[in-house]
Amino acid sequence: MYNDKMLEYFYNPKNVGVIKGADGMGKAVCDSTGEIVKLYVKVEDGKVTDAKFQTYGTAGTIALSSVATEIVIGKNIEDLVKISEDDLCSVVAGMPADKNYCASIVKEAIDESVADYKRKLVGEKKPRKKKSK
Amino acid sequence: MANKKPEIKEVYMDYAATTPMSSEVYREMLDVYQKTFGNSSSLHYAGRAAQAILEQARIRVAKAIGAKAGEVYFTSGGTEGNNWAIKGVAHANRGNGNHIITSCIEHPSVLEACRSLEKEGFRVTYIPVDKDGVVDYAAIIKAICPETILISVMLANNEVGSIQPIRAIAELAHSQKILVHTDAVQALGVLPVNVDELGVDLMTISAHKVYGPKGVGALYVKKGVKISKFMDGGEQEKDMRAGTCNIPAIAGMGKAVEIAAKEQEQTAQTLKNIKRYFWKKVNDRIYNISLNGNLANRLPNNLNISFEGVEGESLLMMLDFKGIAVSTGSACSSGSVAPSHVLLAMGKTAEQARSSIRFSFGKHITPPEVDYVVEELYKAVKKLRSISAIRIYKDKDGEEE
Repeated sequence: MYNDKMLEYFYNPKNVGVIKGADGMGKAVCDSTGEIVKLYVKVEDGKVTDAKFQTYGTAGTIALSSVATEIVIGKNIEDLVKISEDDLCSVVAGMPADKNYCASIVKEAIDESVADYKRKLVGEKKPRKKKSK
Repeated sequence: MANKKPEIKEVYMDYAATTPMSSEVYREMLDVYQKTFGNSSSLHYAGRAAQAILEQARIRVAKAIGAKAGEVYFTSGGTEGNNWAIKGVAHANRGNGNHIITSCIEHPSVLEACRSLEKEGFRVTYIPVDKDGVVDYAAIIKAICPETILISVMLANNEVGSIQPIRAIAELAHSQKILVHTDAVQALGVLPVNVDELGVDLMTISAHKVYGPKGVGALYVKKGVKISKFMDGGEQEKDMRAGTCNIPAIAGMGKAVEIAAKEQEQTAQTLKNIKRYFWKKVNDRIYNISLNGNLANRLPNNLNISFEGVEGESLLMMLDFKGIAVSTGSACSSGSVAPSHVLLAMGKTAEQARSSIRFSFGKHITPPEVDYVVEELYKAVKKLRSISAIRIYKDKDGEEE
């Protein structure tokens, strides 16, 4: 069962949406549940100044996506990969055992946003990914 | 239909998961709890009083399903009934063959019982269903072989409510001397469940789906059908199912099933009206939705709907916040991360299956409650689509939702 803090994030998620011309966009797809998280970051002088998300997923994944946007804003882009699944879960006072995978999807989206930012810096094209379906 | 929307705080639309106990059933049970504490196996006056209540309940259940009292065995519920029917028939009739036929949309208590038998060396054929969730009759004909001893197909599906052609399956099976079991847990109270008319040899029912108590059910076993005992121990239930009988619960079941049978036609009509009203309102209000199964050949209390771009569990939680109780798939598998095996078997994509919600109605749901649910559903779907990573959905004016 979800706790009240997590549900509060789910019912009132922050930073929903898209950043047009984002400096980094990370997309994570969970093979077993089909959930999709897209995380957009705007970076100025190496710091994340804005973040938004779009998620097709369970209440837990939506809540942690919102948490992720709040955590990354103000951090150095290089430091985002240090954010752990536990860091995400601790903000919502823990997740039910069968929902820990939600944090893995969101963590993957964070890491992907950093990778995308770096690719864009050096002008690389994004590698082709499998379709979500 | 509804002119004034009253303040509604809680609307329960998960009657396929369980139902609230009726006051008549509660009173019946309370009376037994207060006055009849005896063990129905005891010889003295207290035991005999309990025994009388047990047998009265058995007669009530038997009458409700068109059976003889001696053909009704009380169980702990639907899961036990299904396990007992399938394993009991398989073990007792192994000398005649080791092949069982079932459908791929059965309740987990049937599917897992079959998988358990496969580990013992039985062979099981899982019959596919069509896009509406109805078993492929031709595939059953094809699957029958000299070793087939049992066909187990549910009377109506618990997730999408599709009604199965049990009478036809029973006629086919009996022409080949094969036994037939049906899981009628979802059908009881909303469809006719006369065992003679259905032509079945075994039938599982449960009390808590018909405003009765949880933890009690019954298995109908036609006289003469060979079935092994379910539990070793004392000689309760004609030495077929050991364990002290739960007399208050059994009394409650007797009352609940009696009422369910008496009111079945009226209940079905009431529920059909609510179902039609709900479906029309949802269709008028929300776009990019699809009904899983067809509207006609389904239980009168079931609608299973996919909402494009919206994950089912998040929609359930959003509605829960507004005091509305619904379900993704069935309650028995709602904790699972895997998409519904029923919807996948009907040819739905994993995404469609994950985006589905089951609404199941009870006889006391009112049109204003439906209006409230549809309005909150509209808001929840709109909000979740605005969050969703799966886009783009257009409303009738071509606007992005």
